[in-house]
Amino acid sequence: MALEVEKPACQPPEANGRLLPQLFRVESRRRETADTFTLTLAPAGSDIQGWPFGAGQFNMLTAFGIGEVPISISGDPAEPRRLIHTIRAVGAATRTLCRSAPGDIIGVRGPFGTSWPVTEAEGRDLVIVAGGLGLAPVRPAIYHALAQRSAYGSVELIYGARTPRDILYYHELERWRGRFDVRVHVTVDSASAEWRGRVGVVTKVMAQARFDASHTTALVCGPGMMMRFTVQELLSRGVSADQIFVSLERNMQCGMGLCGHCQLGPVFICKDGPVFPYNRVKDWFEKREV
Amino acid sequence: METIEALLAAHPFFQGMSPQHLAAVAGCGRRVDFKAGDFLCREAEEALDFYAILSGSVSVEIFSARRGPLTTATVEDGEVLGWLWFEKPFHWHLDARARQVTRAVALDVGMLRSRCEADHDLGYEFMKRYAHHLAVQFRVTKLQLVDMYGT
Repeated sequence: MALEVEKPACQPPEANGRLLPQLFRVESRRRETADTFTLTLAPAGSDIQGWPFGAGQFNMLTAFGIGEVPISISGDPAEPRRLIHTIRAVGAATRTLCRSAPGDIIGVRGPFGTSWPVTEAEGRDLVIVAGGLGLAPVRPAIYHALAQRSAYGSVELIYGARTPRDILYYHELERWRGRFDVRVHVTVDSASAEWRGRVGVVTKVMAQARFDASHTTALVCGPGMMMRFTVQELLSRGVSADQIFVSLERNMQCGMGLCGHCQLGPVFICKDGPVFPYNRVKDWFEKREV
Repeated sequence: METIEALLAAHPFFQGMSPQHLAAVAGCGRRVDFKAGDFLCREAEEALDFYAILSGSVSVEIFSARRGPLTTATVEDGEVLGWLWFEKPFHWHLDARARQVTRAVALDVGMLRSRCEADHDLGYEFMKRYAHHLAVQFRVTKLQLVDMYGT
């Protein structure tokens, strides 16, 4: 007679949500620009009470039957009951997610990765530079900084987009700009005569930002080329390389540093990043060979 | 009312210039005010002035008959406008239009060129600033051309 052997658990207790997608229902879908949408998600079951995350972390979103994609969380970390993701429709999975209607079910794994150092930056000036869709991953850090405004010195937000029609979170930028305790600089690369704001690249507008370089933490997020030139500008203004943080993007798949798809030199973007101090990745950042 | 010399001394483009050179440059200057919609310069017109913007905002435009005026850059307080007056035939290549009430010091470029010719130290001092301004313009133009935000 064979012995009855107790079967070991076939999945680790933390598997749900990390290895297996949890089901979320689309509560609302909002068009931001021609090809970019913001989805608000709520748990489809009652077993998930919230989805705590750090500003800058990302989730893997599944469009069932189509694919899974890494998308930064762009909501307020203080409001973990709703998940907010801003998605640009560029491939099959993102196009499907962007077409989601309220009531649709999508899968969520996460949250993954490192966060913007918003707590460590307290007591310092905060310069946030974002370009294009890069405003989405940094928005949770902006929410945090504005909620804890007195913990920081000056707060400067510099945002660049291709044209006025490509500006993300337009009305929210207007609201932030209306505050007396934060300086918001918005610029576009080109515009028609109706545009009343600035025209010029982000690096040029940075000259207007006021901060004490030796006591400044900078958060930079956007296309690689924009970040490269922004970092150069920050370094030339005297901001220390270990106080410049960049959010990098690669082909993230597992989210846990197991599959190796997002490896960049000695680091895995999904596990060691996506937020890095610049001095940690400077030898690999925007390097031609990788 | 502040003198032209004091206005220029406070302007970033002229920062650190010696009082002697500043006085020579200020001698070419006059205060000018523009209402929203006024042109500071127009394409193909003779470049008579080089502007140090004191306050306001100016759009630098290329006019397209099909698309109308396209803004390629804005010039704000603390910046300078006009970078072709050092090169023959001394004509503007773009339009520049005030987007709001804009105050500036206009420097007579004919007089400025003569003074730079007569005093090469002044000319070199001016050209250093001018070269830096051009380098910045080229850098930002290159970034604009590559369409960084394109997918």
